[in-house]
Amino acid sequence: MILSSAIIARAFRVLALLATGWMTQHAVAADKVTMGFIYVGPKDDYGYNQAHSQGCAGVQKLDWVKGVEEASVPETTAVQETMRNMINLDGATVVFPTSFGYFDPHILRVAKQFPKVQFLHCGGLYTEGKHPANVGSYFGYIDEAVYISGIVAGHTSRSGKLGFIAAKPIPQVLRNINAFTLGARSVRPTATVQVIFTGDWAMPVKEAESATSLINQGVDVLTCHVDSPKVILETAERRGIYVCGYHADGSKLAPKGYLTGAEWNWSKVYTDYAGWVRAGKSLAAGTIPHLVRGGLKEGFVKCSDYGPAVGEEARKKADAAKAAFMSGTMVIFKGPLVDNGGKAILPAGKEYKQQDLELESMGWLVEGVIGSTKS
Amino acid sequence: MNTESIGWWGVVIGILAGAVRGGTPFLLVSLGECLTEKCGKINLGLEGTLLVGAMSAYAISYKTGNPWIGVAAAAGAGAVMGALHAFLVSRPKVNDIAAGIAMLIFGSGLAFYLGKPFIQPSAPQLPGLELGGWSAMPQVAAALKISPIFLLGIALAFLLQWAFRSTRFGLRVRAVGDSPAAARALGISVGRTRLLGITLGSALSGIGGAHLSLFYPGAWTEAISSGQGLMAVALVIFARWNPVHCLYASLLFGGAQAIGPSLQAVGVSTGYYLWNASPYVLTLAVMIATCSTRRTLAGAPGALGVPG
Repeated sequence: MILSSAIIARAFRVLALLATGWMTQHAVAADKVTMGFIYVGPKDDYGYNQAHSQGCAGVQKLDWVKGVEEASVPETTAVQETMRNMINLDGATVVFPTSFGYFDPHILRVAKQFPKVQFLHCGGLYTEGKHPANVGSYFGYIDEAVYISGIVAGHTSRSGKLGFIAAKPIPQVLRNINAFTLGARSVRPTATVQVIFTGDWAMPVKEAESATSLINQGVDVLTCHVDSPKVILETAERRGIYVCGYHADGSKLAPKGYLTGAEWNWSKVYTDYAGWVRAGKSLAAGTIPHLVRGGLKEGFVKCSDYGPAVGEEARKKADAAKAAFMSGTMVIFKGPLVDNGGKAILPAGKEYKQQDLELESMGWLVEGVIGSTKS
Repeated sequence: MNTESIGWWGVVIGILAGAVRGGTPFLLVSLGECLTEKCGKINLGLEGTLLVGAMSAYAISYKTGNPWIGVAAAAGAGAVMGALHAFLVSRPKVNDIAAGIAMLIFGSGLAFYLGKPFIQPSAPQLPGLELGGWSAMPQVAAALKISPIFLLGIALAFLLQWAFRSTRFGLRVRAVGDSPAAARALGISVGRTRLLGITLGSALSGIGGAHLSLFYPGAWTEAISSGQGLMAVALVIFARWNPVHCLYASLLFGGAQAIGPSLQAVGVSTGYYLWNASPYVLTLAVMIATCSTRRTLAGAPGALGVPG
C-alpha cells in the first residue's frame, strides 16, 4: 500500500478544521470558560496527577466552567497533539499541561501557534522575555507542608533515622528533602534523613526495593517525592513503620502508620485562573500574572490530617509551625545553613524567602541529609 | 550484631532478597518464553501479557477478595493472549516478531484501559511463606517472606527441564521447534503443539504479572512492568533455552535490580544511574564470557522464528 500516511493526515486535518469551526460556534455556550488539563499518568494514582485531577474536579463545580481532561499523555509530540485537540475541538481557551517535561519544546511550540490561548505550566521553568507572552507558570511552596511533615516525623521517630525516596536530584525535589530535614531537626537536632534516588518518576519495583532497604537500615519514618507514593506507603505499612504522604492524602493506604502529608490544593489555584479568564484577562496583556506562587497561607498547599500515631507534643509543635506559616513569619531556609559536605550556604542572620530565585535552582543538600546530588 | 542498624549486611540481604522478590516475574516470563521458543515461535508480546496478568490478578483479587482467584484469572488472561498470538503466527507468511510487537502494544493498551478503575483501590495480597521465623531480626524475617509464585517458578523450572528431556509432550515440543517438517512426518500436529506451547507459556507470564501486582511491589500501576517482560525474553537467549538456567539468570537479574537502592541506603550515593544499569552490564559481561567462535548459539531451536 503506497497510500501515504501524509495524505491521510492531511485529510484528517481538513476534517478537524471543519469540525473546529462548527464546534467553537455550537458546543461552547457563551461565557462558559473551557479549561484543558493534561496529565502524564493516570488520574487516580494517589499522587501528582490525582492532585491535579482533583483540582479540575474542584474548579468544575462552578457552573460556568467546563473542564476537559486527558490522562497518561507522554512528554512527547503526543502532548502537542492533545493541546491542539483541546483548543481546536473542545474550544479550550486555557490549558494546563501539568507535567514538568511538557514545557520545552512542546508548550513553547504550541503556544506560538495559538497566541490567544493561555498556556499555564506547573513548575518553575518559565522565564520572562525568553518565552512566549501567553505562557505562564504556577507552583505551590509545598516545602512548607513538607517542613510540617518533617516536624511530625522527627518527633514520632524512635531511631531518629528518617528516609526519603526521591525520583531525581532536581531543585524542586532537593528543596523538599531539605525542608523535611530542617523540619525534623528543628525538633530533634540529631535526626538524619537518608535519601535514595530511584532515577525516574514512576519506578514501582525500585521504589519498593528502596523502601525495603531503608527500613532494613533502621529507618522508621519514610516519605517520598515520586509521582505516585502508593507503593511506598503500602510497603511502609506492611513493615509496620511510619510514613508521611506526598501529593495527595494517602491515609487510606496506611491507616496505622500514616502521620501526615503534604498535599496540593489545586482547585483553589484553578478557580483563580478561571475567574481571571472569565473576566477577559490574559497573560499577554499582563492582567494575569506570569508567575503565580503560594504556600500554606495562600491555600496552594495543605497538610493531611494527623494519623493516630501522632502524639500530643508533636501535634502542638506542628500546629505552632503551621500558625507561623499562616501569619507569614515563618522562614524555612535561614542561616546559619551548612550543606552536608560542610560547605556554608547561608551565614547567620541571612535568610532565603520563599520567593527567592536561589531556592528554585537549589543544588545542595542540607546538613543531616545522607546522600548526594551527584548522579 | 545490632538489630537497629545492620550496615553492609543490609546490602547483602537486599541483593539476596531482591533476587527472590524481583527475580520472580523474570523467572515466570522467561520460563513461558522458553516453552514458546522451544516450539519454534517467538513471543515478544509477553511484556503485554505480563501487564494483562498483573491487571487481571489485581482486579479479580479486589472484586472477589481472594488473591488466589486473581492468580487463576491472570493465568487465564495470559492463556487467552497466548492463544491469540498462536493463532496469528500459525497463519502463513505471518512474522512472529511483528505479531509479537503488535501483541505487546495490544496487551499493554488493553491492560491500561481495563485497569483504570483499579489503580486506586487496594486489593487483597497473596500471603507470603514466612521462612524467617527463626530469626530475631526483622530484616531477615522480611527477606525470607517468600512469594508462593516463586516456589511455583522453581518447581516449574525443574519440571520443564525434565519434561523437555523425558516426556512425550516435551519431545514433541522440541521436535516441532527443531524441524516442523520432520515432526509432521512423524504424525505430530505442528499447529496443535504450538498452540498448546504458546498458550501455556503465555499463561505462565500472566502468573508472573500476578506476582507483581499481588505480592511485590503489590500494586497495580501502569509502570509496574517497565520492560521486565522484554528483559525476560532476552533472558531466555542468555539462558540458552534451558529452564534451570532461566532460574539462575532470573535470580541474577532480580538481585542486580536491588544493588542501586541497597547501596544508597548505606550511604554509597554516587553513580546510582550506573548501578541501576548493572543488570545490563552483567548481561553483556556474561554474554562475552560465554560466547565462542567455534559454535553458534547451542540449544537454539532449529526452526525458531521461521514462518510456517
